[in-house]
Amino acid sequence: MREEKTAFIRLAKRTDMDPRKVWMIRVGSIVVALLLGFVPMLLTGTNPIEAYGVIISGSLSRPVYIRQTVRTAIPLLGCALAIAPCFKMRFWNIGAEGQITMGAMAATYFALYWVGKVPSPVLLVIMFLAAAIMGGLWALIPAFFKAKWNTNETLFTLMMNYIAIGIVAWLQGGPWEGRKGSQLIPMFDDAARLPEVLGVNCGWIMVLVLTVLMYFYMNKTKHGYEIAVIGDSVNTARYAGMNVGWIIMRTMFISGAISGVVGFIFVSGANHTLYSGVADGVGFTAITVAWLSQLNSFAMIVISFVLAVLEKGSNTLQTRLSVPASIADIITGILLFCMLSCEFFINYRLIFRRKTKEEVAS
Amino acid sequence: MSTLIALIVAAVTFGTVLMYGTLGEILTEKSGNLNLGVEGIMYMGGAFGLAGAFYYEKAAGAAASGPVAIVIAILCAIAAGMAASAIYSFITITLRANQNVTGLALSIFGTGIGQFVGEYMRVSEGGYVALGNGLKDAFNATVFPQALINIPVLGRILFSHTVFFYLAIVLAIVMHLFLKRTRWGLYLTAVGESPSTADAAGINVTKYKYLATVIGGGISAIGGMVYIMTTAGCVWNHEGLAGVGWLAVALVIFCMWRPLNAIWGSVIFGAMMIMYLRVLIPFIPTELYKILPYIVTVIVLIITSMRNSRDKQPPASLGLNYFREER
Repeated sequence: MREEKTAFIRLAKRTDMDPRKVWMIRVGSIVVALLLGFVPMLLTGTNPIEAYGVIISGSLSRPVYIRQTVRTAIPLLGCALAIAPCFKMRFWNIGAEGQITMGAMAATYFALYWVGKVPSPVLLVIMFLAAAIMGGLWALIPAFFKAKWNTNETLFTLMMNYIAIGIVAWLQGGPWEGRKGSQLIPMFDDAARLPEVLGVNCGWIMVLVLTVLMYFYMNKTKHGYEIAVIGDSVNTARYAGMNVGWIIMRTMFISGAISGVVGFIFVSGANHTLYSGVADGVGFTAITVAWLSQLNSFAMIVISFVLAVLEKGSNTLQTRLSVPASIADIITGILLFCMLSCEFFINYRLIFRRKTKEEVAS
Repeated sequence: MSTLIALIVAAVTFGTVLMYGTLGEILTEKSGNLNLGVEGIMYMGGAFGLAGAFYYEKAAGAAASGPVAIVIAILCAIAAGMAASAIYSFITITLRANQNVTGLALSIFGTGIGQFVGEYMRVSEGGYVALGNGLKDAFNATVFPQALINIPVLGRILFSHTVFFYLAIVLAIVMHLFLKRTRWGLYLTAVGESPSTADAAGINVTKYKYLATVIGGGISAIGGMVYIMTTAGCVWNHEGLAGVGWLAVALVIFCMWRPLNAIWGSVIFGAMMIMYLRVLIPFIPTELYKILPYIVTVIVLIITSMRNSRDKQPPASLGLNYFREER
């Protein structure tokens, strides 16, 4: 055996960092991420400063653009709120996409077949409730198996996405098809459309209300506390007498219900019809939003808006400088990498090897 | 009969794609790292593999040789996959970030990069990026002589596939022997089962985790390249590739972390993926037919979680980071 030297860098846990410093590190990591975003642009011969300029101006320079950006941010925020409790519980729900789709499907059913039978506000309320219940039930399926047999929820929820999308694709070309052969579900009647407030569908009010509600739910209620305990340690929760399976199912139902409502906002507020790609990747991007904001409801408002700017701006970037719009995904990915990495410097202290042996021994 | 043979051949073609993805992820998960970024890795492998072969053809012109193009495509894909999983490894192993979220981030990042490269090639080359017919044939050619393929029934089932299929089989067997018969393979298994025990026994946990994850990523990436070169017809096609990486992750569970099971497992899944094109079942609409593989995956997930036999479990430390100072 050879004598091991003390490692050049050692690590130690720390818990006592100044909160201001913590946020400085986080903001710093976002800046680093944006700078790293220069790399793909430089490699493809685009001026990064100009590109970021186009992203900003393409999403914020005119009221029309701002409205479009807000429209993009609404479902992101709503869905991030849905995902937050699951992730807090360390339940990896990546099935928001499917829960949105199923919620949208339930809302569409009533929009198509109950229109004219009930007054518009009643219809909208029914659609809202149907979407929430359907989204919740869809999320309950993987939660049930997780609670009962500890089935891998990551893959289960993911597979449920494809199943939900497949079902809507079938409805689109089959039973709910409008004109035969069109492969399209007819546009909603005006009675089934969400009214607009300030030029954007009133979904934005709903998600802002939800933000406040979610903040209180997670931080001020017994349910929120139980979720946090399970996230830290399932065994602690069990010893404390919590019914872990029940809490998992309840939380997933709430999460799915919120995603379902996002689906309702999609069909009733934005698209006015249903198609299989209705969720449009929001379920995945929302994971980014939730994690970047450290599962803090109010930070989610900012982050979802930033990502909406990125997404809307990248589309402009594609048309103006012919940089592929997928640059938004790359930058989002880099943002996440940097945020994940910076937690290391918040949680651990690096100790460098000192010069003399005596000092190491002491 | 001929329909059945055609189905099997098509299933093997698609199954080959899944097999690489699955084999790579098995190696990764054996070290205790759950890399959910396979989707992104396969996108990157597909885009860079195509780019490598395309620019090689452009540089070599008419002199471009098939075998060289295949080797270049494989190497480019492996390099892309290794780079992607090196990012994952650094963030999860060295910086100890959550594996699930890092994997998801890699999925977003990798699909973005793959799309970006595919789109950028299309724009910069002025429209259509595809390999010439000569190379296309090379990628889709079989390695066995025509005489063997002409053997009735068995000939086409066994000998009519591309070189990638046979490479994948060899890889699966090599991996099986590596994991079961070599010291390093057993060390790797030990690291995945109980890193602290392995560490106490003097095994360099960090090294094994890094190597397994990075090499695994390289193997998975070949799958994306194979998809682009065979099924997609040597053209960038992101829609067809969507979801394949996730299926590969699910297949790892289906195969019980055993490389040899990946051979038949991926062919079965390949069959389910293309069956709606070949075998029509009356009364079942195509769109519902297409979700069959996902429903089967869900059922497999449930069944494997229900029967709790001891030898059919994931590596015990799967998804958990190892921190020596934390006991």
